[in-house]
Amino acid sequence: MSEVVAVIDYGMGNLHSAGKALEKVANGQTIIITGDPDQVRAADRVVFPGVGAIRDCIAVLKDTGLDQAIRDVAKAGKPLLGICVGMQAMMARSEENNGVDCLGIFDGQVTFFGEQFSDTGARLKVPHMGWNQVQQGMAHPMWAGIDNHARFYFVHSYCVTGLPDEAVAGRCDYGLSFAAAAVQGNVFAVQFHPEKSADAGLTLLENFLRWQP
Amino acid sequence: MGLAKRIIPCLDVDAGRVVKGVQFVDIRDAGDPVEIAKRYNDAGADEITFLDITASHQERDTTLHTVEQIASQVFIPLTVGGGVRALEDIRNLLNAGADKVAINSAAVHNPEFVREAAERFGSQCIVVAIDAKKVSAESDTNRWEIFTHGGRKPTGLDAVEWARKMTDYGAGEILLTSMDRDGTKNGFDIALTRAISDAVPVPVIASGGVGNLQHLVDGVQQGGADAVLAASIFHFGEYSVQQAKEFMQSAGVEMRLG
Repeated sequence: MSEVVAVIDYGMGNLHSAGKALEKVANGQTIIITGDPDQVRAADRVVFPGVGAIRDCIAVLKDTGLDQAIRDVAKAGKPLLGICVGMQAMMARSEENNGVDCLGIFDGQVTFFGEQFSDTGARLKVPHMGWNQVQQGMAHPMWAGIDNHARFYFVHSYCVTGLPDEAVAGRCDYGLSFAAAAVQGNVFAVQFHPEKSADAGLTLLENFLRWQP
Repeated sequence: MGLAKRIIPCLDVDAGRVVKGVQFVDIRDAGDPVEIAKRYNDAGADEITFLDITASHQERDTTLHTVEQIASQVFIPLTVGGGVRALEDIRNLLNAGADKVAINSAAVHNPEFVREAAERFGSQCIVVAIDAKKVSAESDTNRWEIFTHGGRKPTGLDAVEWARKMTDYGAGEILLTSMDRDGTKNGFDIALTRAISDAVPVPVIASGGVGNLQHLVDGVQQGGADAVLAASIFHFGEYSVQQAKEFMQSAGVEMRLG
């Protein structure tokens, strides 16, 4: 039987991109898009993409029991990939929407960019939107075949800070330095959108499908 | 080193076919938006904007189908605009694979629509498209007004105030088109681009008037644009996206290359 890769659908937005990109790089794996916690637990690998506001995201995860399913996958040692708000939701707490407790898989905080300025003193636009460079914090199978400082597509107004150094798999600078990628055992999370990051992003997704943590 | 400025080719699509003539010499089907989107993706475009100019409502399904096809083959951000009037339209486009949706006239008719859309789907996917035209005399302080119906209908709305209002309402990006410059090849309206870019906290895409590569540089360096949108200079093969990026980079604009 081929491996099953579950893409978590919590009903908030466009998950087709993540699914389509995974299908593009799949090598025999079956990609399913699901909101069923049992299907998520039963999958061999899980991708947790996210869009929209964190309060709504966490509320839906709790209502549906997907919060526990995600924690169970993390504990079971199966490869788990968080994308964008999916990454943020894995942290301890976000200051978005007046403060929201998140899944607590990582011991990090999600903070607003606030007023940030470039080296030249120009005010930086928020959301941080577009292609920025990711400085790899470590050698890792998820970075295989991807140049250090490769560009990925970002779109977000909040970012992850306060992670212990060993959990920061990649950094990005936009006025401040934040975690573009986080890692903890079998869990990898990225702030950027690999499914929208052309070749570099597709390579990362391909690496995820091969990853044996 | 940091965030790159973006180059965004724009396709005008009518009932599933690209119009305003894309004239690549070696393209098989110049009317196929999927083939053209792939082509731009391969050429290094940072995003693609797809402007649906389909008049009839019945053919909207064709648009959704086209978006679906592009999204399953092109892995860079895709913005779709044109005829977006209801939350349902946005949901359908996002579900079909659009990453961002541009709202134009509907925002003018009902600004609350932008607020509702941003609350429902998140600011990151709500682009407000602004068509502005200069209404001040040459000797007076610059003033631009919002026009609808392809630049024919004035609204009385001040463009700078309007842009600010739209971002207050939750727009995550502004697509700014100068109706004076659109189609002229005389370059962006730099003063307009600068005025809007300075007025809003979100990224601004400059559009309308690109005739050469220096215009793209000027839009960023003088206009303060975060991204530049162009159609004809790329469609007719005058310049490739790669050439444009190399030119901009050598002029000191940070770009995503290679």
